[in-house]
Amino acid sequence: MPDNGFEPRIIAFLCNWCTYTGADLAGTSRLQYPPNVRIIRLMCSGAVDASYVLKPLLDGADGVLIGGCHPGDCHYQEGNYKARRRIAILEETLKTMGFEGDRVMLRWISASEGGLFAETIRDFTEKVRAKGPAPTKQLWAL
Amino acid sequence: MNGLYPVENNNVRAAVSGLLVKVLQSGLVDALLVPLRNPAGDAVTPALVKNPAMLSEADPLAPVLPVNGSRLVSMLTQHTPRPRIGAVMRSCEIRALVELVKLQQASLEGLTLIGVDCPGTYEVPDYAKIAKGADPASLALRPACEMCEYPAPTNADIIIHQIGVDNSAALHVEAKENWAAQLGLTTAQANGRAGALEKLVAQRTAKRDAVFAEMQAQVSSPEKLAAMFSTCIRCHNCMTNCPICYCKTCFFKTNVFDHEPMQFMAWAERKGATRMPADTVLFHLTRMNHMSTSCIGCGLCTSACPVDINVGAAFRTVAAKTQAVFNYVAGRSVDDPIPVKNFEVNELQKLGEH
Repeated sequence: MPDNGFEPRIIAFLCNWCTYTGADLAGTSRLQYPPNVRIIRLMCSGAVDASYVLKPLLDGADGVLIGGCHPGDCHYQEGNYKARRRIAILEETLKTMGFEGDRVMLRWISASEGGLFAETIRDFTEKVRAKGPAPTKQLWAL
Repeated sequence: MNGLYPVENNNVRAAVSGLLVKVLQSGLVDALLVPLRNPAGDAVTPALVKNPAMLSEADPLAPVLPVNGSRLVSMLTQHTPRPRIGAVMRSCEIRALVELVKLQQASLEGLTLIGVDCPGTYEVPDYAKIAKGADPASLALRPACEMCEYPAPTNADIIIHQIGVDNSAALHVEAKENWAAQLGLTTAQANGRAGALEKLVAQRTAKRDAVFAEMQAQVSSPEKLAAMFSTCIRCHNCMTNCPICYCKTCFFKTNVFDHEPMQFMAWAERKGATRMPADTVLFHLTRMNHMSTSCIGCGLCTSACPVDINVGAAFRTVAAKTQAVFNYVAGRSVDDPIPVKNFEVNELQKLGEH
């Protein structure tokens, strides 16, 4: 683990039914994962508007994670399919407008996958740590 | 069919007026939506025309686009009972209308579309100069028109040709069979329109690709993106003038962004300084996410910008990428499923997987 004194700040939007419950399971199972993630619970990954992801990115967050139910498992039938399209559009927009698309990550994690949740947070935190601080952190003119 | 409509004394505008009178008197439409010359003669203004005599002032070929007519068709068709309207429109207006129909903001029911070939339009103040005698060649087309690869209207019932044809003796008109009979068109000889269009489209496409490449090079980092929008005053004119941005409850028009004073202080503390008003780049990036899949490139965002940011070039550059993800071409057909309202189960399958 590279130690450059940089602790990434990651914002996570998790769906109530799968990924948030998966995060809960990681906690109750006493699984260790880095404390760099700030979790915001939503009812569905399909409720994540592009602006929710863009706002922290522009304010200087180092990464944004969106977690939802696996395809086919959405509590609302199709919210995660809609989320998938929105994230695809968001990634293209970010890449075209000068951002590194890999600071945004969409992951399907079910309520029973506490281990996968902890592993995902570990991986994403290290990936973002290796990338270094977001260039927007010092950019006032956004 | 391709037909001819008589032109007298080389007066093409009068012939267009005459043709529109025939459309209005056909009994197939109740009114015509068409640009009329304003009393000062230096502008054209879209109007809903009921009295055929008013069509003497019709000037749909005037090279200027003050608003995207799709918004006006939306006003006239989104609620019932709807009148039967004939709308005289350019390609970018019809293509925006196709998107609005799919977004349930307009209806094609009872609508007759009269398209006009569009070699490009000038900014409204520039058109006023042309109307007062300035040489059009001394003025630039709107940036969106210079890179528009759709000079020919699609999905129209009647199309008035002007690219690659000489209208001085007779107006070249393409019409569906029922309309050709109504208008009394005589059969036209083969002409050079197809060849001229092909050449123009190639030239415009090359320009478009050059603009895309230039935009990509210009916006290569968040710093450079901030630089591009550094003069933005967040007036929302680009959004107000956008035919696709129809949302009456757009959250940029709500108090979501009326932050508490201490919130601004927190941001200023964190970055050392914070731009005010806040959320300027957020506004543009969010709008790109919300509407770029339906962007038809009319460029009225750029025309409306008081600080001359080429918003339209940025939006089209993004739109080309976001539409490509879904093999979607905005404005092509009402039958193409619109990306923001649909999904496929078996698509984008790498996204979200570990």
